[in-house]
Amino acid sequence: MAFFDRQLTKPLPLGRTLFSYGMSAIAVLSTALALMALLSILFEIFRQGLPGLKWEVFTSLPAPAGETGVPSGFGNAIQGTVLMVAIAALLSVPLGILTAIYLSEIGKTSATATIVRFVMSILSAVPSIVVGVFAYAVIVLATLFNYKGFSALAGAFALAVIMLPIVVLSIEEALKLVPQQQRFASAALGANSIQTTFKIVLASALPSITTGVLLAVARVSGETAPLLFTALFSQSWIENILNPTPSLSVMIYNYSGSPFPEQTQLAWTASVVLLGMVLLTNLLSRLITRKR
Amino acid sequence: MNSSKAQSEFLESESLKSESIVGGDTAWLDRSFAWFLQIIALAAIALLFWMGSVIFKQAFPAIKTFGAAFLTSQDWDVSQLQFGALTYLYGTVVSSAIALFFAVPIGIFVAIVTSEKFLPAWVRSPLGFLVELIASIPSVIVGLWGIFVLIPVLKPIQLWLHNQFGWIPLFSTETFGPSMLVAGVILAIMILPTIAAISRDVMASFPSDLRTASMSLGATCWEMIFTVLLPASLSGIAGAVILGLGRALGETMAVTMVIGNSDLISASLLDSGNTIPAILANQFPEALDELHIGALMYLSLILFALTLAVNVLAMFIVKIFGFKHQ
Repeated sequence: MAFFDRQLTKPLPLGRTLFSYGMSAIAVLSTALALMALLSILFEIFRQGLPGLKWEVFTSLPAPAGETGVPSGFGNAIQGTVLMVAIAALLSVPLGILTAIYLSEIGKTSATATIVRFVMSILSAVPSIVVGVFAYAVIVLATLFNYKGFSALAGAFALAVIMLPIVVLSIEEALKLVPQQQRFASAALGANSIQTTFKIVLASALPSITTGVLLAVARVSGETAPLLFTALFSQSWIENILNPTPSLSVMIYNYSGSPFPEQTQLAWTASVVLLGMVLLTNLLSRLITRKR
Repeated sequence: MNSSKAQSEFLESESLKSESIVGGDTAWLDRSFAWFLQIIALAAIALLFWMGSVIFKQAFPAIKTFGAAFLTSQDWDVSQLQFGALTYLYGTVVSSAIALFFAVPIGIFVAIVTSEKFLPAWVRSPLGFLVELIASIPSVIVGLWGIFVLIPVLKPIQLWLHNQFGWIPLFSTETFGPSMLVAGVILAIMILPTIAAISRDVMASFPSDLRTASMSLGATCWEMIFTVLLPASLSGIAGAVILGLGRALGETMAVTMVIGNSDLISASLLDSGNTIPAILANQFPEALDELHIGALMYLSLILFALTLAVNVLAMFIVKIFGFKHQ
């Protein structure tokens, strides 16, 4: 009888109970530590950056170092980031969509398609700085349209290479979700494969394709390493895509180590703007798919 | 009645339209469309090889001059045109190792907390989302935070480590603030989402019958985790860790901003160091001499090969062993 009493009142030996509680505590603390890092980053960016967020930062050029009291901002850097991300999207999205159509509609499980998928996931894991080196070798070191050197084009090319695998892999997933019956129905009505692909498959996958493209845009708009020595930086407005071009991310890097407090302040404010752009694009992409 | 009439009208118009466009036999159109897409897809594959060959071609002057000794030489003197990769290779490997040291246990705990049922679902799913949010913060912003928050926070800890354990070579120097250790910690933060998210997916795909079976035999929740869940998920977690390592090796901005960029190898983790991505970021904008550019390209080639090998390994591990229990 004593045995049963013990079973009922004290199901586990002390050691096992302590082990359970101890491990739970460690696990929760570890998660809290990870969250603390995230919250600290977000909190600090907004605490330091928000006070400097005035209208003039969007409309003016960075003031020369050491000069205070004049309007100072990073309108040109926003211009550069938007320009280069847009060119990158123009280069990589059409190519990405066609490759994704190949993977989901034609290649499917064939050896070629498997290799394409494999190469795409390898390409998405290539460090972004190596992609920058590639763009440097292909465009900065070459003479294009009588111009040799750092340019928005080189930066956009690097961003396009980074975007391509993300776009291909996410659009392929989107196309695979279109029910097979819709393709059969389209073919049964006499459509050829081009009509089926563009009018039926792409049309019904459009929201998730948009999501994939937006996620890729969000990812590359924060990239710094591939722009450092392809687009470089500039203190003036953009007049030509074959000139050194400023971007928000490179500006944050350049000003982060500055001895002038007003430049550091500008770096924090630019961080708020860049983070806002990235998180908004992320959020937007989630909203598009949720509506369906 | 009405709908069937509309349907037949639709069919009629549609067949007329397709006839008027392509004139009956469309097989050649289908075939050329398939060929066109295949060529585009092959062009996408060619991109990777183009990248490798361009970097190799640019690195060739340096490969010819320094050969394999590049890997074991510590000299890096731009004015004398003497180049060696050892300092940067060492820094890359050591900072990534520190990152794994911190990120692996924490990442696995985060995966356990978000996949097992300690907490209600309305807490767990936002938790997972928030940890993955770290991955979407641009690394230059993490670096800015590193300079102004992490370095001051870690400085007393680094001083304490030196004062208490200074006799161990790892902590043998006084710190200035930026150091290999800080770089490792910031890398750990950046690869944590990768490790946590993939490990969580592996654990979530583990059949709950086996959890129930283990617990009904008397195991506590944590005994089940250590004897059933973790052994079964081990290969998937290993894949996640290696993918995280691949990210850590190539991460540039945040590391460049907090590592201190010295050109000497120091046994101490509290000393400043340098990594391959950091030296590329620092010197490429000003590189003019062909041999200097070549040496930097040689470094990029090494980094390219290193991350390629690590990622292929991770993909194979995840693919072959990752979902064995499914």
